[in-house]
Amino acid sequence: MTRSAVSHLCSDLEKSSISFPNLPAVFDPDGSSVTYAELNRLSDHVAGFLVQHGVKPGDRVGLVMPKSITSYALMFGIMKARAAYVPVDWMGPAERASQIFASCQVRVVFADPRCTGLSDAAWTLVPLDASSLNILRSYEPLQGGVSGRSADDLAHILYTSGSSGTPKGAMLTHRNLTSFVDWGAETFGGSEVDRFGNHAPFHFAISVFDLFVPIKLGASVHLVQTELGKNPMLLARFIADRRLTVWYSTPAILRLLAEFGKLESLDFSSLRLVLFAGEAFQIPGLRRLMELWPKPSFFNLWGSTETNACCYKEIPKPIPQDRVDPYPIGLPGSHCTARVFDESGNPVTRGQEGLLHIGGPPVFSGYWGLDAANFVDRDGIRWHNTGDVVRELDDEGFIYVGRRDRMVKRHGFRIELAEVERCLVRHPAVAEAAVIALSDRRAGKRILSVVATRNEMRPSIIELKAFCNKHLPDYMNPDEFVFLSSIPRTSSNKVDYQALIRKFQNELGEHA
Amino acid sequence: MGELKEEIRQFILANFLVGEDPANLKDDTPLLDGGILNSHATLMLVMFLEEKYGIQVEAHETSNDNFDSIDRIASFVQAKRA
Repeated sequence: MTRSAVSHLCSDLEKSSISFPNLPAVFDPDGSSVTYAELNRLSDHVAGFLVQHGVKPGDRVGLVMPKSITSYALMFGIMKARAAYVPVDWMGPAERASQIFASCQVRVVFADPRCTGLSDAAWTLVPLDASSLNILRSYEPLQGGVSGRSADDLAHILYTSGSSGTPKGAMLTHRNLTSFVDWGAETFGGSEVDRFGNHAPFHFAISVFDLFVPIKLGASVHLVQTELGKNPMLLARFIADRRLTVWYSTPAILRLLAEFGKLESLDFSSLRLVLFAGEAFQIPGLRRLMELWPKPSFFNLWGSTETNACCYKEIPKPIPQDRVDPYPIGLPGSHCTARVFDESGNPVTRGQEGLLHIGGPPVFSGYWGLDAANFVDRDGIRWHNTGDVVRELDDEGFIYVGRRDRMVKRHGFRIELAEVERCLVRHPAVAEAAVIALSDRRAGKRILSVVATRNEMRPSIIELKAFCNKHLPDYMNPDEFVFLSSIPRTSSNKVDYQALIRKFQNELGEHA
Repeated sequence: MGELKEEIRQFILANFLVGEDPANLKDDTPLLDGGILNSHATLMLVMFLEEKYGIQVEAHETSNDNFDSIDRIASFVQAKRA
């Protein structure tokens, strides 16, 4: 088999560097860019550096850097060395980053010099920032990367909130990712003239679409700086000024853009495609956005870190006036299969509630170092139980119903409530903590922490918030804290979450 | 200035620190680094400041220098109104 026939993200880059050597591949947040030929060369330099530092196929390499051409080139370089990149939020707690890197035993970590407090005992720490392109160019290149490339090479490990209380790392191979990328490129079309925005951080699965579909097409990707990405006015200007043609983000961001982005004052005539995923887009906000952006097509995507986007649904234009419920998650793409099974892994009658299972090439190969991956083997297919409860309707596809476990989505971010609890009980004054999600019409979800303290001296809410901020990603910080003398338990001595939800949903009421 | 700080304090307590003892929120309590103001909360606070004090906050101005404490927010608002 020739190298170009292997399904591999680096093969996509090499093909485009031959077809479109002088077209821009990636634009830095600062507006500078490199061509396909340059990006391909840069990744060869990185691969050479890694091999020289003892990185072998199958090894892991950490990445704790803001988005830049440098960090983007590093990703490809790591994969060209046939290693897996492990991206971690550079603005998050250093302790968490160190914990993740220790868990998957990275050999090298590329880190922004501002990330202080990162351990370097067990790996080679390489400080690099956005202005380090010339440093990459000084590395001895390994042209074409390490030989023997395989579709089964791990491309990356993405760490998500874990129900056991610590982050868990989903392992994705090149076969997993290219099956999704190929489907995305085919389904949503596009060519070398497209300009994709990349809003999601590299450590979220949504970024796979914006980072790798344009490479397949010979298009360009425009990296959005993290802070700018949270600011609707600046973000709206970025989308307009860069004349982006494709935009993909969570509904939370799109809602902010529609509400605060002053979209009517800017020119979005280039925009042809808007995708969203991560949570349901409530109809009023979606309708408003589609009025402000009349030209592009809109799609709701559904997926998870473990499978990436699997189901999709085009939003009709205009949305019928009588539409109240959010749109369904739709039908599976041609790259995967989807079935609804009950808790024991048996098919449910069509139209009944059950757990959505995904099979086929995009399904990940498990969590690093953990046995449990929620796989079900049936009909010769290995199915991943997503944990999402759905119903299948003939004309609409899959309808999202909810979850039966303790994973919640807030502002599109995936949060295991158990991980927040585990953080809180590490505070010296906290004896017990139970964390629940309450529905809220304005924010969608509010996270409430119920805390029982060790003695009468309870810590201030400010202190607990600061403590969470130090140990958890900011998106996991609870909205509210209440103090009880003890946490209510069921007859079998388990925390009675349902009682807490009933108590506080009524007591605090819905925010208007 | 004292009244301005008090109004900002009350807004933060009512919206982002429900149930907190007001005495715990000092003029120099870190709001961004302390996890009290996330990006959504900052936007809400900006809307409140714009409406209440008739100022226009530019997108790049919601930085640590201007927003990390009640002291800094009050100075920022006062400079804007001057």
